[in-house]
Amino acid sequence: MISVTGARKSYGNFAALDDVTLDIPAGTLTALLGPSGSGKSTLLRSIAGLERLDAGSIVIGGQDVTQVAPQKRGIGFVFQHYAAFKHMTVRDNVGFGLSIRKRPKAEIARKVDDLLEIVGLDGFQHRYPAQLSGGQRQRMALARALAVDPEVLLLDEPFGALDAKVRADLRQWLRRLHDEVHVTTVLVTHDQEEALDVADRIAVLNKGRIEQVGDPVALYDRPANDFVMSFLGSVARLGGQLVRPHDIALHRSRERAQSLDARVGGSPGVIEAVVERVVRLGFEVRVDLRADSGERFAAQVTRAEADALDLRVGETVYARATQGPDVTETEPALAI
Amino acid sequence: MKTSTATRLGLRTVALGYLVVLLAVPIVLILWRTLGEGVGAFLESVRTPAAISALNLSLLIVAIVVPLNVVFGVATALALVRGRFRGRGLVQAVVDLPFAVSPIVVGVSLILLWGAGGWLGGVEKLGFKVIFGLPGMVIATLFVTLPFVVREVEPVLHEIGTDQEQAAATLGASSAQTFWRITLPAIRWGLTYGVVLTVARALGEFGAVIMVSSGFPGVSQTLTLLVHSRYIDDHNTYGAYAAATLLMGLAVVTLLLMTLLDRKRST
Amino acid sequence: MTATTATARRDDTMVSSLPPRPTPQRQFSARPLGVGLVGLWLSVIVLLPLAALTVTSFGDGVSGFWDAVTAPVALASLAVTVGLAAVVALLNAAMGTLIAWVLVRDDFPGKRVVNALIDLPFALPTIVASIVLLSLYGPNSPVHVHLNATRPGLVVALAFVTLPFVVRSVQPVLIEVDREVEEASASLGASNWTTFRRVVLPTLAPAIISGTGLAFARAIGEYGSVVLIGGNIPRRTQVASQYIQQQIEIDRPVNAAAVSVALLVIAFLTLFVLRVAAGRSRRREEESS
Ligand SMILES: Nc1ncnc2c1ncn2[C@@H]1O[C@H](COP(=O)(O)OP(=O)(O)O)[C@@H](O)[C@H]1O
Ligand SMILES: [Mg+2]
Repeated sequence: MISVTGARKSYGNFAALDDVTLDIPAGTLTALLGPSGSGKSTLLRSIAGLERLDAGSIVIGGQDVTQVAPQKRGIGFVFQHYAAFKHMTVRDNVGFGLSIRKRPKAEIARKVDDLLEIVGLDGFQHRYPAQLSGGQRQRMALARALAVDPEVLLLDEPFGALDAKVRADLRQWLRRLHDEVHVTTVLVTHDQEEALDVADRIAVLNKGRIEQVGDPVALYDRPANDFVMSFLGSVARLGGQLVRPHDIALHRSRERAQSLDARVGGSPGVIEAVVERVVRLGFEVRVDLRADSGERFAAQVTRAEADALDLRVGETVYARATQGPDVTETEPALAI
Repeated sequence: MKTSTATRLGLRTVALGYLVVLLAVPIVLILWRTLGEGVGAFLESVRTPAAISALNLSLLIVAIVVPLNVVFGVATALALVRGRFRGRGLVQAVVDLPFAVSPIVVGVSLILLWGAGGWLGGVEKLGFKVIFGLPGMVIATLFVTLPFVVREVEPVLHEIGTDQEQAAATLGASSAQTFWRITLPAIRWGLTYGVVLTVARALGEFGAVIMVSSGFPGVSQTLTLLVHSRYIDDHNTYGAYAAATLLMGLAVVTLLLMTLLDRKRST
Repeated sequence: MTATTATARRDDTMVSSLPPRPTPQRQFSARPLGVGLVGLWLSVIVLLPLAALTVTSFGDGVSGFWDAVTAPVALASLAVTVGLAAVVALLNAAMGTLIAWVLVRDDFPGKRVVNALIDLPFALPTIVASIVLLSLYGPNSPVHVHLNATRPGLVVALAFVTLPFVVRSVQPVLIEVDREVEEASASLGASNWTTFRRVVLPTLAPAIISGTGLAFARAIGEYGSVVLIGGNIPRRTQVASQYIQQQIEIDRPVNAAAVSVALLVIAFLTLFVLRVAAGRSRRREEESS
């Protein structure tokens, strides 16, 4: 369990952390999500002791560590750019923390080999970091952090420097690893997909403040505000309300749209719009629309729906929201 | 730019001709004049008591100067790269100063500071003879070699950043452990390069050292002073050539090391 | 893409294109003790001697300083020094650039040896340079070129010790130069000379300027390489460093200090002016590209 209370940190006049309070339950994988510059790294580094808070306190596992040096916090830290010890072999990298703790050589060797097997780097013991790919380096860094049996594992955009495919693989792998070792993990990311994919809990940061904390489904479906809503996925502005593009239904008939819309509460109403473009993205179809107010938005429908509607550029359709932060569906309705 | 063959050959001829007249011919000539008398004569000339004592003194100065430059050079580089203190700009400027100061001016300054009647001339009465003694030659050499280690280590420290050091800290390493096990290995080639430059300059320094040395053969002559005094005072041209050849040999070793390290450093 | 559709990973490119930001931490910064020791070290080795020099140079007041610097022989030695250094600097600018060009663009057997040889003057003790040049151009010159105790002799000695400066500052820039720009210029009908003058030279200018400046500063203070070949003839071949050394020998520390300070000021001014000039031409280069 990590508790951050009233954390503040400024660089000159700029508040990187502005009164942040956050509890991270033991054994969870929590993502700190937010745009670049929102203070995610500052918060994570403060938990690690790499950054000193101006005010506030940090408690790890019941012990107040606010004034404790990073060496003594019982943490493992993984850096975005690996921070591999370039002049050491993979084995020495992973064994570094143990050799600092003066463990017997045999024990270190055994533990390092075990960890390398877990992270899939078996047989790479004698390579240097320069001889590894980015993904392998990051797995080595992870093994290095895990070697000292940290109470908490802190990862600062660990996959940010990797290409999309490797990133997705490592993400899955991290999730499985966490399910096995259950070490309390905090993952910093600016990628909502990554956060939604691996985390048990997500804390959304913006401008040094926590906007919302919760499990992925809650955040996606019930965002506390427009910022969280738009940061967690695509949004469209429909009659002044933010809704997800896949929560927009399109109809040929105004009457049909209106009758269905009447069944949901708090909806923005039925919006008349002109089709500007129809883009088929595999199994789904994006329809770019322009409302008569001039506002542009996109709706996302299934291929079957699109085929049924038989949309052509320049035609008029009627759009309504089926779900949204303010929209409450009273009874499920078919889209058409 | 596609140059015609004629232009290329012309440019090449001018460049190489310049280097031949300026560098190659004089050096070959002196080697020929030294070794033309036979290797025996050369060895005899560089094995006189005065020559051996000069070599020993030069090496002694190197042995004192290099460790001091390594310790303070690395500390200065660390302060410049990692430190946030007022006066960083000033420190940067002071580190470059020795490059802009004439060796003779270095000698004069040291005489005026440490010599009889100087600000710190009092140490002489305490039995610490700086000017016309070994300390003077050491300090003069320290002055002229001060920038090398700093300027070679600084960019390396910049490049490695603090990530590795922070990683070591999160793994439990104390600052001392981090320095010895992470920082020092990371800067080792840059540091070695700086040391090679320091050694070369320390062996070769002449102007600053001659100002603060009493220059007694066999006592307070370095190798460079030996070359000078053999040529000027003893009219022993051959002896001067021989000593110069010895120094040249050391310079070539330096050069080889530099070329070798340059490749190491860039990997 | 619709205007209101927010996309994921909005700052992805920004993040990956930024280098890891060096965040100085208290526990990783130099401790005050370390900074203090470094300051003390630099003060004792570098600053204090130069302070003693400066204070001594004004030992007889400002007029004493002025008299010492403007004494005819002193002034002459300064003039000889600056004049020779200027000649050598220009020689270096031309020959250094040419040599760098040949080393980068040309190819011939033994190029690597020649390239390594360039650094020899830096590795070679200056007094050895003096001896080496004397053996060829001195009293028993095998080619009967006697430059002993002449200004051309000084130019040769100074050119020898300053050779690497321009070559080594131009070479890396020349390697990095975008060859396509030259090809573009040629395709537009420019002759080689025009291309060099209008396209290549402006790119090399900052490097040439800074290399030349370093060579000039070095030449101004040089002693070891000129001490044997120069002849030390007042008003003709005596350079400032020799004059200063002479003043110390005849126990005129104030004169020695004053001319030393003058020499220092000239060196600093040169380096300062050249830094500004190089900065300006680099900026112009960057703006235009
Ligand atoms: N050492 C520093 N000096 C000055 N500003 C900093 C420093 N570290 C971080 N900041 C600023 O604090 C803000 C938050 O930084 P950071 O926590 O790294 O953001 P994130 O990791 O969310 O991208 C940024 O605007 C950044 O510019
Ligand atoms: Mg960050």
